[in-house]
Amino acid sequence: MSRPRLIKEASAPLPLDRELLIRIHDLMVKARVLEERLIQMYKQGHGYFWIGGPGEEAFNVPLGLLMKVGQGPAYDFLHAHYRQSATLLAMGEEPIGALRQMKNTASDPYSGGRNFAGHFSIRAKNVVPVSSPIEVQYAMAPGTALAQKRLGGDSITIVTGGDAGTAEGDFASCLVWCSRPAEPLPVLMIVTNNKWGISTSGAEQHGEQRVADRGRAFGIQCKTINGNDPVEAYQELKEAMAYVRKERRPFLLEANVSRLYGHSSASGANLVTEEVDCLKQFEARLEQDGVLTRQQMDDTRNRYAEDMAAAARLVRDEPLPAPETIWNHIYAEKK
Amino acid sequence: MANMAQAIRMALHYAEENLGVTDIFGEDVGAPLGGVFTCTQGLKTAWNSPLDERGIIGMAMGLAMAGSRPVAEIQFCDYVYNTIDLLKLAGNTCWASNGDWNMPMVVRTPVGSGIRGSMYHSHSFDATMTHIPGWKIVMPSTPLDAYGLLISACQEPNPVMFLEPKALLRVKGEERIPGEPDDDRALSKMIDAPLGDRSQWRPQWPNLEAFAIPIGKGKIVREGTQLTVVSYGRTLPLCVKAAAALADEGISAEVIDLRSLWPYDWEMIQASVQKTGRVLYVNEDTEVTNFGEHLVRRTVDELFYSLLAPPKLLAGKFIPGIGLADTLEMASVPQLGDITEAMRALAVQQP
Repeated sequence: MSRPRLIKEASAPLPLDRELLIRIHDLMVKARVLEERLIQMYKQGHGYFWIGGPGEEAFNVPLGLLMKVGQGPAYDFLHAHYRQSATLLAMGEEPIGALRQMKNTASDPYSGGRNFAGHFSIRAKNVVPVSSPIEVQYAMAPGTALAQKRLGGDSITIVTGGDAGTAEGDFASCLVWCSRPAEPLPVLMIVTNNKWGISTSGAEQHGEQRVADRGRAFGIQCKTINGNDPVEAYQELKEAMAYVRKERRPFLLEANVSRLYGHSSASGANLVTEEVDCLKQFEARLEQDGVLTRQQMDDTRNRYAEDMAAAARLVRDEPLPAPETIWNHIYAEKK
Repeated sequence: MANMAQAIRMALHYAEENLGVTDIFGEDVGAPLGGVFTCTQGLKTAWNSPLDERGIIGMAMGLAMAGSRPVAEIQFCDYVYNTIDLLKLAGNTCWASNGDWNMPMVVRTPVGSGIRGSMYHSHSFDATMTHIPGWKIVMPSTPLDAYGLLISACQEPNPVMFLEPKALLRVKGEERIPGEPDDDRALSKMIDAPLGDRSQWRPQWPNLEAFAIPIGKGKIVREGTQLTVVSYGRTLPLCVKAAAALADEGISAEVIDLRSLWPYDWEMIQASVQKTGRVLYVNEDTEVTNFGEHLVRRTVDELFYSLLAPPKLLAGKFIPGIGLADTLEMASVPQLGDITEAMRALAVQQP
């Protein structure tokens, strides 16, 4: 797992197929433009709260592309956190769903106007409902993984969270439950480390050198990667997923990423210029290697910006859920 | 007759054979112990979990979302408190996802006083649990009801909290579980694990029959005309005893075993209170923001003009815990004498 990656040498050619590089770029742009539109909607008063993942696209897009998408234990489960719109787009979701959730319309496909932006939930794609309390997803992930292991096959459970949340006991629970000698489980534990918990820096809260090191005590394979590089992320994710799929054992992957617009609308959602912008960096590489021209990349961004603006206009006029629907779906039988 | 622990075990066996229950797990739930109250001895899908309540509830939620049907145990309800946010999440998943996901899981946990459990083995959980929407909550007071309610719980598409009154787990029932042998000792030989080495032991399950008690339906345990007593769990048989004693004094009390706390059988309570005009709610959770207070409020709201006396609640004292000494425990939660006295006082109260 430790052999050097060519991408780290700026002069080396990009080691993924051109078609795949273009697809990754397209999805990264789409996700970035979506998040920027969500922030704009929030600032225009078309939503109450924004939280999302601009800065994590280089990691989240490859993750979504590599998942085995479908419903039930024969497919991968995603226990996501609220910074993964890029993963969802790479899994085939359309951006208008996220806009509808921001506007909390009745048409919001993820919660029917009941939950925050970025709180995805899609049973048909095994996307478990995202929860605002952080890290609870790490307590649930072993459950879907156990069902998958029982079934046989190569499907896996992917659980993601941030670095600050690893202080929660549920993170430790996941380490314990996934690595029990009696029943190791096929869980890919992911920590996207942006070095912050709202306004608190990781450096003043965490004694461990790398979050991934925590896996070592449990005999869990672990690695820290540069999550701002989509090529490295793709290759490392592919390798880690192949390990979990085949060995039916856990893997802990830490991806260092940026947080480009702060924690959430609570901290202003303004661009943080000193962080590495994975999209800009990737575009420079694509241009340098002749994969895409500046013009082509600008065209892509403009096209998505127009699409997103049109979608936002559409969503703006859609109705809110009817008040009496508060009584729907308290129980499964009252669908 | 089977006791409640045996009834629970038989229901779980029935459920893993017939209802698709895949995992019965928790601390010490699997072999060799089979549960600290022996409720899970000999079950083929029972396994021991790490000592981690949050992990247990999380595992159940994950299994349920992946289409399995788990039954998780929290060894004492005193320890389920550190999973409250996960219980909230399990309860709101269907609603939050606008009906997309459901959570077919059962959590069993022993509740209440009665075994001299001191500070951390005597809690009640009915008030806290009935404050978490999205769950169905049941609490049997007889082995047969435990059997029937657990079978219903294992058929539910929703999360179900199955509260086991620990004081009643060893009390034999007066009704036979369908399929249970006539001879109690024969039953014990069949399904109770032997002391000592159990490595070669396998249970001989009786030929159990389907018997589901619908969730949400109470039971009139004793009919009466002058007052209604509504209870569940440990205090229910005490209410029945009190009613029998008061009958000798010429007081006719109707006793309702609520059995399901959510949803609960309001129609049964309503019909009874309209008949008797007096109602006493009895449970042993602490009395402030007690589930019985909700029932009192609803009684006042909806049945005020049927009442001949104020509705009453007899509950546990609002104190931080239950002390170990016999005198302390007895003084903390309603006992037979307290219930009899409360019923008598209510029966004679005149408008």
